[in-house]
Amino acid sequence: MAYLDHAATTPMLPEAIAAMTAQIAVTGNASSLHAAGRRARRTVEEARETLAESLGARPSEVVFTSGGTEADNLAVKGLYWARRDAEPARRRVLASPVEHHAVLDAVHWLGEHEGATVEYLPVDAHGRVHPGALREAIERNPDDVALATVMWANNEIGTIQPVRELADVAAEFGVPLHADAVQAYGQIPVDFAASGLAAATVSGHKIGGPYGIGALLLAREHSPVPVLHGGGQERHVRSGTLDVPAIAAFAVAGEYAAEHRARFAAEIGALRDDLVTAVRSAVPEAILGGDPAPGGRLPANAHFTFPGCEGDSLLLLLDAQGIECSTGSACTAGVAQPSHVLLATGTDPDLARGTLRFSLGHTSTKADVDAVAAAIGPAVDRARTAGLS
Amino acid sequence: MTLTETPQRPEPSPRPLRVLAAMSGGVDSAVAAARAAEAGHDVTGVHLALSANPQSFRTGARGCCTIEDSRDARRAADVIGIPFYVWDLAERFREDVVEDFVAEYEAGRTPNPCLRCNEKIKFAALLDKALALGFDAVVTGHYAKVIVKEDGTRELHRASDMAKDQSYVLGVLDDRQLAHAMFPLGDTLTTKEEIRAEAEQRGLAVAKKPDSHDICFIADGDTQGFLAARLGKAEGEIVDESGAVVGTHEGAYGYTIGQRKGLRIGTPAPDGKPRYVLDISPVDNTVTVGPAAALDVTGLTAIKPRWCGAAPTGPGTYTAQLRAHGGETEVTADLVDGALHVSFTEPVRGVAPGQAIVLYDGTRVVGSATIATTERVTAGV
Repeated sequence: MAYLDHAATTPMLPEAIAAMTAQIAVTGNASSLHAAGRRARRTVEEARETLAESLGARPSEVVFTSGGTEADNLAVKGLYWARRDAEPARRRVLASPVEHHAVLDAVHWLGEHEGATVEYLPVDAHGRVHPGALREAIERNPDDVALATVMWANNEIGTIQPVRELADVAAEFGVPLHADAVQAYGQIPVDFAASGLAAATVSGHKIGGPYGIGALLLAREHSPVPVLHGGGQERHVRSGTLDVPAIAAFAVAGEYAAEHRARFAAEIGALRDDLVTAVRSAVPEAILGGDPAPGGRLPANAHFTFPGCEGDSLLLLLDAQGIECSTGSACTAGVAQPSHVLLATGTDPDLARGTLRFSLGHTSTKADVDAVAAAIGPAVDRARTAGLS
Repeated sequence: MTLTETPQRPEPSPRPLRVLAAMSGGVDSAVAAARAAEAGHDVTGVHLALSANPQSFRTGARGCCTIEDSRDARRAADVIGIPFYVWDLAERFREDVVEDFVAEYEAGRTPNPCLRCNEKIKFAALLDKALALGFDAVVTGHYAKVIVKEDGTRELHRASDMAKDQSYVLGVLDDRQLAHAMFPLGDTLTTKEEIRAEAEQRGLAVAKKPDSHDICFIADGDTQGFLAARLGKAEGEIVDESGAVVGTHEGAYGYTIGQRKGLRIGTPAPDGKPRYVLDISPVDNTVTVGPAAALDVTGLTAIKPRWCGAAPTGPGTYTAQLRAHGGETEVTADLVDGALHVSFTEPVRGVAPGQAIVLYDGTRVVGSATIATTERVTAGV
């Protein structure tokens, strides 16, 4: 079995499993005042400090959520509501068109139901937002912008955005910038303080932690309107009893990710390069997605377009040989559509249907790459015969 | 049959095949896939997304009216332990089945979309893609039997249980299509309740799911409304056999030969007996009605014949089925210049152009053709 879908989820680290199982049998609500509560709170706060440290944030800037989707929703909706409430004219939301659906659909919803005007920022052929494009969009009317959101690194094609430069532009106009850093975390340096961002999203299960836990890094001067109301936990921004075992395990994974990031990136990057070389030599017409420059893309991401093939067919053929990867685009109803990311980069819609994303992770080996090298040529031949039905 | 017995295979295979099971989300196709897997075949499940309803907002996915069915099919595949995919054949389905359905009604005929779907989608678009991807056959939950002769040729037969037989809607399959078809339910001499019990036993949650009878792309079952929305209102006259106007209609396409209900005729017939649709004339948008006896048909001509095996070389005697769930009737048929000329031993009532005639030799499907014209006992219509 060759598991090459780490961007979907990556196996939990043994250390994180140990931390989680150690906590799961322990009673204590972190909001309680008694000894059990104090013990739970101590665990949560130590985890918060560890995570903050690994992300260049202050502990008070870590707001725990149920995962990346909730953190994205809280940032986008919460910041929009807060800004609009303070200044009713601020209804313009600027978003890159290559965002994850957790951002894209939240932004769209604001447009449909909350009076927002959504503007999608132009991207280049690699899916990158140029700071000049953000400046141009804001300058059209700096007084009506509620927020901007541009993901740190793309989940499909791996392109890394110039977050610092974008944040500088946004800061000039006092516009809060949010970045979904779910894919970036653990692969490239994510330093919240140095980024200049107002908010950033991270998730546990993409870095070897458990499912169902994530965080919004939130600069202290921002108070988004909550999506979830209740007991007032997490700076009154996110109510709900804290998931102590998940938080403890998340912190272990976060600490591990920060400590091993450089070595991981170098090793996994080399393996990824081997995979790219192997696929290109088996299928010379394969098109590498995203920024081809090593510094411009996530080290664990390899994205290809295979002309004349349907991604679903390739997926089926590779799955039958024990190779697990993804077409890169989400499909909740099960019907694969051309990826919005590729369409935004100007890819022809027919071409955009023939994509595969291989994403490597901490358990990836040379054997995984060899399996792909052996299988991809015949699979592409076969999928091409089946065509774009 | 009890579940401890091994179900008989309609198609005993010398080697395990790589097969693609079309899974609608219903109980029959789920049990068919499970039986194929249990027989040792390498089964992959696929749900066909056939309907393209726009959904609110998904840039990377899109909704369809079959999300629920797709979920049920996926759940069944997970329980059986086979890979599962959803294939989008909505465009092909729209072109080959839905548009054909509308055009046929518009032309005054009565189409059978399930048959068209088998011919053009399940055993064409789906089968072709399956073969290209290295599969050997398509598995469906149809009740029909494929018998492999000693010389390797294949015959399509009625299911063991005549009450559930679906060979009529498979009569359009040719040799090549038949060679790559697998119907694991065809030998089942069981009631639907027993199929449900088997599904239950296998842990398939679809065991209790109600049967679907309606046309899948007309979710509310309102065929008239569907056609009216597509073709618009076209008021015209309802006349009797003498040509006298007895009522009006809002579109001749909304009627089927033999139809009795919903005619909304103001004046009663002179003999006081019920009147039926005898003829639909799209050219002058007129519907002709008359007594039941005027529906009696002695023969018909059918076009676009397809044969399971060699085409007959001279006149022959067969049993024929003229509509889904219809009974059998004895006929003599001959192929003349590519058209099938059929005479009935006894007159039959209510034969609608556009429907298929499927010819049988005993339980064996000989071939099928699309009914083009009929010969009535009563002249003048």
